[in-house]
Amino acid sequence: MSVLQDPRWAEALAHLPDYLGSHVRVSLAALALGLLVSLPLAIVSRRRPLLRTTLLGFASVVQTVPGLALLALFYPLLLALAALSLSWFGTGFSAFGFLPAVLALALYSMLPVLRNTITGLDGIDPVLIEAAQGVGMTPRQSLLMVELPLALPVMMAGIRTAAVWVIGTATLSTPIGQTSLGNYIFAGLQTQNWVLVLFGCAAAAVLALAVDQLLALIERGLTQRSRLRIAAGSLGLVALLAATLAPSLAQPGTRYVVGAKTFTEQYVLSALIAQRLRDAGLSVTSREGLGSSVIYDALAAGDIDVYVDYSGTLWANQFHHKEIKPRAELLAELTAELARSNVTLLGELGFANAYALVMPRARAEALGIHSIADLAQHASTLSIAGDYEFFSRPEWAGLRAAYGLAFRSQRTLQPDFMYAAVASGEVDVIAGYTSDGLIAKYDLVVLDDPKQAIPPYDAVVLIAPRRADDAALRAALTPLLGRIDIAAMREANLRAAGGDGATTPDAVARWLWQRIAPR
Amino acid sequence: MTGDMPLIAFEHVEKSFDGGGDGRSVRAVNDVSFAVAKGELLVIVGGSGSGKTTLLRLANRLITADRGVIRIEGEDISGSDPVALRRRIGTVFQSGALFPHLSVAGNIGITPKLLGWSKAAVAARVDELLALVQLDAAQYRDRFPHELSGGQRQRVGVARALAAKPAIVLMDEPFGALDPLTRDALGAQFRALHDRLGLTTMMITHDITEALLLADRIAVMREGRILAQGTPADLAGSDDGYVNDMLQTPRRQAARLQALLPRGAA
Ligand SMILES: Nc1ncnc2c1ncn2[C@@H]1O[C@H](COP(=O)(O)OP(=O)(O)OP(=O)(O)O)[C@@H](O)[C@H]1O
Ligand SMILES: [Mg+2]
Repeated sequence: MSVLQDPRWAEALAHLPDYLGSHVRVSLAALALGLLVSLPLAIVSRRRPLLRTTLLGFASVVQTVPGLALLALFYPLLLALAALSLSWFGTGFSAFGFLPAVLALALYSMLPVLRNTITGLDGIDPVLIEAAQGVGMTPRQSLLMVELPLALPVMMAGIRTAAVWVIGTATLSTPIGQTSLGNYIFAGLQTQNWVLVLFGCAAAAVLALAVDQLLALIERGLTQRSRLRIAAGSLGLVALLAATLAPSLAQPGTRYVVGAKTFTEQYVLSALIAQRLRDAGLSVTSREGLGSSVIYDALAAGDIDVYVDYSGTLWANQFHHKEIKPRAELLAELTAELARSNVTLLGELGFANAYALVMPRARAEALGIHSIADLAQHASTLSIAGDYEFFSRPEWAGLRAAYGLAFRSQRTLQPDFMYAAVASGEVDVIAGYTSDGLIAKYDLVVLDDPKQAIPPYDAVVLIAPRRADDAALRAALTPLLGRIDIAAMREANLRAAGGDGATTPDAVARWLWQRIAPR
Repeated sequence: MTGDMPLIAFEHVEKSFDGGGDGRSVRAVNDVSFAVAKGELLVIVGGSGSGKTTLLRLANRLITADRGVIRIEGEDISGSDPVALRRRIGTVFQSGALFPHLSVAGNIGITPKLLGWSKAAVAARVDELLALVQLDAAQYRDRFPHELSGGQRQRVGVARALAAKPAIVLMDEPFGALDPLTRDALGAQFRALHDRLGLTTMMITHDITEALLLADRIAVMREGRILAQGTPADLAGSDDGYVNDMLQTPRRQAARLQALLPRGAA
């Protein structure tokens, strides 16, 4: 099969109008806002050295904050502001997606615009400024008729830099809920679909390049005072905007939005939900790659309509419970607690995705280890590995306390490598995830937890407050409840990590539905 | 306005600038008094740094005097609106200072435009001025300053100063950086214009010959002070060594040239 016939290209292309349109919209808004703020600031600060130093310093500091962190910071900030506005004025706003992305990107765009505007205005021959006064201009007329036009080429160069930065950084707005070309990249990285990653990178690069070249044309037109170039560049920009924005503006309004977090299983499940809704004749879009802390708030705020979360995660992270309860009890309490926020827990899918201690089946049998209690007796001679957060999570503290676990050594590994490491004997035990497909692939075994030290992590379907009474939605999703067992989910996850044309989340979701559909 | 009132008058004017790094202040203009009568062309000569440009900037209030009174058309300018004042006075700047982003027409028409003239009136005035400074309107109107020769730029500078029909013109080395032939021609043309339009002009130059040829009266400046002022004939009899020395320069040069060019071509 030739590279171009790979079905993943077609799938990527199908998303392009939506992703590209959203990307352009958020970049454009951010750039406009950035200009609106930086231009007056630069002009005001041109004869005030202290203000200028402060501004440039601030903008430089902003620039050193990694793009992803800056975007992530705006989300909680806006969330707090939204809550404040709700309690003070009775109306809140969405702290999700567009707004935080625009604000963070606008902040990001400020440095080149500020710097170049200040430099451009500074570089004007003082003789000309005096001449402007001398022919009878007011300071304002001098600014508008002489200083700004003369500084414009340098300012344009700054605007160009800002535009390229914003378009590039906008790919990082996916995790805070803003659809962008980053959706390709985040989805592709998670599902090891390099075609998607490449597609996303290329699309963002082409967009940035096109905008840069058109702005360069305008810039050259300004320096050479060529109206033709300025007109051609502006026309090109307008055409580009129209072409990218028109398709996404034409989309229908009332849609169900399905959310997904940033790992493979979530992509498969959101694809499955989307397919079910489409089959029921509903119109659907997806918001994928959402941060774990963002997604629940997004649902509660009605920015997304439905997604799959895990009982233990909600219990500990959302409602900050420390104690661990038996499975059924925890689910019941969680359902009640969610209902208080008007979020509906529709039901469990049938599997759990918990942390679990995992080791090779052969090794476990040789040592006679079936449960974590058995493991505890051998632990002093064994090594353990976990992901970046495991050893600082309450589960680990709970496990050690409950079983008196004391390993010879412990280390942190990237999740993708953990399974291979334990299979090859590089470490003896890993803290894996129960629904991971690699458990079956490497013939590993999940050790029992007789003391129930690890909280239950049942996969549950959550529905947004505004869809609480939506019968069509409930009817479409009910067939999924209780039908996805751990074996099915593991195999689906394994397939989705396969990295070829038959293993897109969409394709795997269709396979999963074939397997679990009621006959 | 009485007929014999001077249009420009400086009375004991003083201006100091903060010096460079050493914190000492420079007294650029020191107790200067002079007057320019209506229709008169006063040329100010003096060495580099003697305060000539400062004097001119004081006259249109680009800077304000520390002490003394400056009157334009009899009115103390410290009480008048500087923007309105500058629109009434035509200024030719030391380096030309045409706006590089505006066409010749845009540059010449700027003050009329600021005064709110109609587009048609501005365009007509631009063509009129181009004719006055002997540039072909059709050919030069839409050019940008960088598309002109040095001499053409100086002419446009003069045209811009005259655009709003000012009674008073201030010129800071208007014909500097030109070859002697062009310089001579431009100077003579301006003198003719000055007479035809009945202007009152204060012109700065370091070129004594130019001063002697164009001026009704000359003021000689040195280190912020006016050493002497009067008609060329008055000054020829000055008892100040510096002034004498300065006024003799053209003659000395002519004598040396005579020696170099025996056929008397100079
Ligand atoms: N803005 C300023 N700040 C500080 N010093 C100044 C300023 N403008 C002029 N000076 C000083 O005032 C003195 C007179 O300057 P001015 O420009 O009037 O000289 P000038 O006679 O026009 O010289 P030139 O023939 O070289 O143009 C000089 O010593 C100059 O350094
Ligand atoms: Mg000077």
